[in-house]
Amino acid sequence: MSVADTLTNPANEPVGVPYSERGPASIETVASFGFWLFLLSDVVMFSALFAAYAVLQDHVAGGPDGLKLFNRGYVLAETMCLLISSFTCGLCALAIERRATAAFYLWGVITFVLGASFIGLEISEFLRMIREGAAPERSAFLSAFFTLVGCHGLHVSLGLAWLATMMAQVGTLGFRPQIVRRLLCFTLFWHALDIVWIGVFTIVYLGARW
Amino acid sequence: MTDLTEQPTHEPQGRPPGVERGGHGSFLTYLTGLGFAIVLTLASFWAAGTNLVWGPAVPVLLAALAVGQMGVHVVFFFNIGSGPDSTNNFLALAFGVFVVGLVVFGSLLIMANLDANMMPSMDQLMKMQR
Repeated sequence: MSVADTLTNPANEPVGVPYSERGPASIETVASFGFWLFLLSDVVMFSALFAAYAVLQDHVAGGPDGLKLFNRGYVLAETMCLLISSFTCGLCALAIERRATAAFYLWGVITFVLGASFIGLEISEFLRMIREGAAPERSAFLSAFFTLVGCHGLHVSLGLAWLATMMAQVGTLGFRPQIVRRLLCFTLFWHALDIVWIGVFTIVYLGARW
Repeated sequence: MTDLTEQPTHEPQGRPPGVERGGHGSFLTYLTGLGFAIVLTLASFWAAGTNLVWGPAVPVLLAALAVGQMGVHVVFFFNIGSGPDSTNNFLALAFGVFVVGLVVFGSLLIMANLDANMMPSMDQLMKMQR
């Protein structure tokens, strides 16, 4: 079997051919793997913000600390919104694989609404804190808090804009291969944001006691 | 012109993250992931407020629950496993976790060391003289 054969018909690939001679991977694999690398670099950036928060956590400068400011029930509601939206985003990916337009729009809209509820809850929490005098400039702790949680919120907002764009693109262009690739990258992005949120609620909101 | 609905059945160079073996995800996988994730989330919120667990052990318990939940998300939502077709994704993930560990624990260690070696403030020096 020649190299050209393995390129056109990868299903008949013999086990003995080394990776270096198998030709490029499919564009779906390359695009998703590249996006996976981007997500990991994004997580590394978040880790720097987590480190800054962990270092500055106790430097409240006589201002309010986490125990006074955070409301656990509220955070649980935010967490559930994001978690269930991650699940519906997965169902959206299944609908894309089946090229089921109606199911795609249904799960896409539910994902969008849950993500928007998360952002709404977060913004109202920020506004309440600022009204109570716990603005980012109050202490190093609050600067680190608003940077970390705000950066995650910004990612979720950008994800919502991306999802809305993709729903419009499916409407105008249909399930073309490049649209499907973008959609699958979006689902990876959304799942990654949920993983970062696990770190946020564990370290920021639940870690406030110690 | 290629068939738009065609699914790859075999990925010699590995399968992309988020796609299950054979190219078809399944509802059951996502549902299992959601179930585990909800249980672990509720366990975290319970552990943070309970008196049932010895106080100093609570942070360790929270960390264990968080790592477990992240694992659930990686396996059930990203569909990254230990199979040979996930090798590339898994190696990239392992390197990412390594860098995250370096950044977080390195920063904490260095900042704690600097803090311990800080010159005492004027107030503290006055107290020492008395």
